[in-house]
Amino acid sequence: MTQFLSLVLNGVSLGTMYALIALGFVIIFKSSGVVNFAQGSFLLLGAYAIVRLTGPLGFWLGALAGIALTAAVAIAVERLIINRLRGTSDISLAVVTIGVDIVLLTDLTRRIGSDILNVPHPWGGDVIRLGDVGISTNRALAIVVAGVLIGLFFAAFKYSDWGVAMRAVAEDADTAALMGIRQGRVSAIAWLVAGVLAAVAALFLVGAPTPGVSPAVYTVALGAFPAAILGGLDSTGGALAGGLLIGVAEALAAGYQDQLLFLGRGFGAVVPYLVMIVVLLIRPSGLFGTRELTRV
Amino acid sequence: MSRARLVAVVVGGLLLLVVPFYVEEFWLRTGFAICGAVVGALGLSLLLGTAGQLSLAHSFFLAVGAIGYTFVADSPGRTRSDELSGLGWPPLLGLLVGVFLAGVAGLAFSPIAARLRGIYLGVASLALVFLGQHVLNSWTSVTGGFNGRSVPDFDLFGFAFADTPRLVVLGVPFRESERLWYFGLALALAAYLFARNLVRSRPGTALQAVRDSEIAASVMGVNVQRYKAGAFLVSSAYAGLSGVMYALSIGSVAPESFGLYVSIQYLAMVILGGLVSLGLGSPGGAVLGAVFVTALPLVLQRYADELPLVSGAGEDGLAAGEAARYLYGLAIVLVVLFQPAGFAGLARRFRTVTAGTVQGSTPDEVRGSGPGGRSRRRARAADRGVQQ
Repeated sequence: MTQFLSLVLNGVSLGTMYALIALGFVIIFKSSGVVNFAQGSFLLLGAYAIVRLTGPLGFWLGALAGIALTAAVAIAVERLIINRLRGTSDISLAVVTIGVDIVLLTDLTRRIGSDILNVPHPWGGDVIRLGDVGISTNRALAIVVAGVLIGLFFAAFKYSDWGVAMRAVAEDADTAALMGIRQGRVSAIAWLVAGVLAAVAALFLVGAPTPGVSPAVYTVALGAFPAAILGGLDSTGGALAGGLLIGVAEALAAGYQDQLLFLGRGFGAVVPYLVMIVVLLIRPSGLFGTRELTRV
Repeated sequence: MSRARLVAVVVGGLLLLVVPFYVEEFWLRTGFAICGAVVGALGLSLLLGTAGQLSLAHSFFLAVGAIGYTFVADSPGRTRSDELSGLGWPPLLGLLVGVFLAGVAGLAFSPIAARLRGIYLGVASLALVFLGQHVLNSWTSVTGGFNGRSVPDFDLFGFAFADTPRLVVLGVPFRESERLWYFGLALALAAYLFARNLVRSRPGTALQAVRDSEIAASVMGVNVQRYKAGAFLVSSAYAGLSGVMYALSIGSVAPESFGLYVSIQYLAMVILGGLVSLGLGSPGGAVLGAVFVTALPLVLQRYADELPLVSGAGEDGLAAGEAARYLYGLAIVLVVLFQPAGFAGLARRFRTVTAGTVQGSTPDEVRGSGPGGRSRRRARAADRGVQQ
């Protein structure tokens, strides 16, 4: 039972990280209609920028600068590429982000090389104990920070001008444009927010118990794709639910891998994808996604 | 076919046939690898370009083909007999089983694919790659696990595609690479002709209608689900063949050869090829893209010393593989950026510009005389209507 609770707690923490990445994914999709395959590279970029900048600037300033840098790159991608392609088919938009992803990932992998770089988190590898259940301080902080960010995000989404504008664009881009909503700005802000969320997730993903920044972080980020898809690509609530579901499922599968050994070692890593396939078979638009209606 | 084109094809074909007499082994091996990539790219091009389905699962189907061949053709006693199992059947049967299994895998995935709209499919197909990686790593008795397993040589009715027995043709020793060169050319040519005819046939036209607008296509009487499933079947069978050829060219199969990156490479082939030739989904484009993407890192590697910026293995600086990735990553972005009408538009524009000379050898085909042609035109009109 203790093991179970501890796994669930760690799963929730992992899940909130997934939810942060998936949220970025979803708002980009809602505001500009792009499935952003470069989200994994943004995460790796965030991790790398933070690791490099915390050296000269100290942890707090370095982390902030790293997050800002990631957001800047995300905006640059939107302004320079995506914004020029508005109105084209969603497949070509997805493909262009794959191109961006190849370039970013090649560059980051080359820079990181085979080193494992460690972010000097002030909380280090400490562990918090709640009774018998233990969780690393890093992961516990991740839950808190992600919770606050997600709360802020949902509030902004619901009440701020930007949130209203974005929902309008997602609802009907043409009408929104006629009502004077500047789509370019809405979409730029969405990319900015997505960059920030990815970098924040990166900050915690590279802390204990994971072993620092390596190109493998990119693979972790890919777990957020199933999270976004199974929640429904156009549902922010779905991204949160999907992230948590995937995080917990993955943590449980990894924790009980001795009992699941007949499925092979390292089964936890494929659980997100299995869950996604099962959900998609039952609900093709995800758990909370809008069903697609086609009128003739 | 115009006379100039016919001459070009004949001369090119003859050149390819005499290559093994003059060229060293490195280029022959590269050539066989390219032929394998050509087959795979043709398959993905049918799926993405003709049917409009974005799939990142291509490397999974390659793996199915490669492992299928190795498992069937390998005899248990050949290597590490206690760990690896194999059927020890003739390699030709292995090839067929590999292709068949990959096709079946594609068909099995198509119920998911058919329910998902293009972009959901792109992400969902990621799942296959990672599940495949997991299976490759853990099903050790068949796949060889993390380290992979070696691939038995191919032979065709007793003619071995290996260094032994010795064979000398016109004073040139025909070893494995020379023999595989011809085998690769034959397979690539067959794959190309089949794909070209498929695109021009009635099912090909129906698939293009599905790509341009599913609603319009189904109104015209195209069974959208069935055609999508069929596209997956053919495309993954192509991938299976390509996987077998890859296994033969490398000589061993390991999980790392079938990662997500491989899928992305194939995507790059289809997209880049689509630019320089007749539009996305044209078999000729897939061939060009495959040659470019496969040969680029190998050639950069070979001439690393002479090229600025690129460095050889083990030196500081840009490795050849990385240089190639930068290049085609950038190329993808630029292709999409400067063809703002998107891929369908790309194909359409080229088709109208070069109509009669390239796309349709008969004028009727271009104007769209049959029912398929009409549906294609209407589908496009509907598509435009939606976009404006």
